[in-house]
Amino acid sequence: MGKKGIETLVGFFVLLGIVGLLFLALKAANLGSFTSSGGTYSVTAKFDNIGGLKVRAPVRSAGVTVGRVASIALDPKTYQGVVRLDMQRSVQFPSDSSARILTSGLLGDQYIGLEAGAEEKVLAAGDVIKQTQSAVVLESLISQFLFNKAADAGSSSPAAPASGGKK
Amino acid sequence: MTNLVQRVGQVALEALRGLGHNATFFADLVRNVPTALRRPYLVVAQVHAIGNLSLLIIMASGLAVGFVLALQSYYALVTYGASESLGLLVNLSLVRELGPVVTALLFAGRAGTSLTAEIGLMKAGEQLAAMEMMAIDPKSRVLAPRFLGGIMAMPVLAVLFSAVGILGAYVVAVRLIGVDDGNFWSIMQNGVDVWRDVGNGIIKSIMFGVICTFVAVYQGYEAQATPEGVAHATTRTVVISSLSVLATDFVLTALMFTH
Repeated sequence: MGKKGIETLVGFFVLLGIVGLLFLALKAANLGSFTSSGGTYSVTAKFDNIGGLKVRAPVRSAGVTVGRVASIALDPKTYQGVVRLDMQRSVQFPSDSSARILTSGLLGDQYIGLEAGAEEKVLAAGDVIKQTQSAVVLESLISQFLFNKAADAGSSSPAAPASGGKK
Repeated sequence: MTNLVQRVGQVALEALRGLGHNATFFADLVRNVPTALRRPYLVVAQVHAIGNLSLLIIMASGLAVGFVLALQSYYALVTYGASESLGLLVNLSLVRELGPVVTALLFAGRAGTSLTAEIGLMKAGEQLAAMEMMAIDPKSRVLAPRFLGGIMAMPVLAVLFSAVGILGAYVVAVRLIGVDDGNFWSIMQNGVDVWRDVGNGIIKSIMFGVICTFVAVYQGYEAQATPEGVAHATTRTVVISSLSVLATDFVLTALMFTH
């Protein structure tokens, strides 16, 4: 095989590699799914408890991804979790929008649900979302449920001497 | 007693000498890389011999791994109602681990052995010695282009392995089993990061390219100039490359994917 033939074949090989890389980057990973929409602006939100929220978790409004969690830190004064959100520039939200930490499915990842408010003014870069609702911690929910259950059972059964006497 | 101590010292010094010999050889090789780059055709020919001709086995293996991975993980995931995460599972295991590692193992078997045998036979046939007589440094004329070619071919092969594997998983999961098409891709895209996962996988495969090609070239150059010597060198290439790839992979994974 001549010099040209080999060079052409190697050219094919390298091009094939580039196609494979593009496939991995664009189709199989998340490059370009977000950067194409013309930049982002960042807002912050403070939560009492962020649960299992992670950096790069999606921010969704009505189920549509409109941003991502950029960073998570602890406010040293109020001991709240400070979450910085990178929002898509193409989407504007009223300044009294509220943020909640939700879970997709029972065992799924946690994300931030953004609910639009009614204010005329929109959130600008650096603004703080004031109305927030913390993540639901399953353990405390279960313990609360069990506690209520136990209290109910105690009050309804007079056979149990200790709690039956109280009511 | 003194004999034992002497023996221990002997072994230790021997090991150290081997390590030093490897290191100086590596430094020599790297020093000859610019010279090899001045004759790009030599490198291109090696990329062809190492890369193009390995394409078939790499892509066939990638496809098979993707098929099997999708089938097996489907049965495990469907128990938890998480069969749609199959794409993510297959993608992460391919891009982070299996792509670079299996490619490197196949590379050691397919390309490493042929490099060792070729160079070993050149040595046995005294072609390398003849080159030196003509004042041509065999390290820059023979070894460095092969070294470079291997390093260039490996990441391309690993990327293709992963890409073909993901396509194979897609065929099995979506076409055969009937996992939802949109969820398959979107969960994958949400969970895979370009720099952390794909990028680190490529860094891994470049490292493996350096290791595999260096071992192959070194073993060929240091082979005893007899038929048995070349045979032993070829075997050692496969064993040493595979073991060092696996060991390096553990270290790299620990460095890259733990926070």
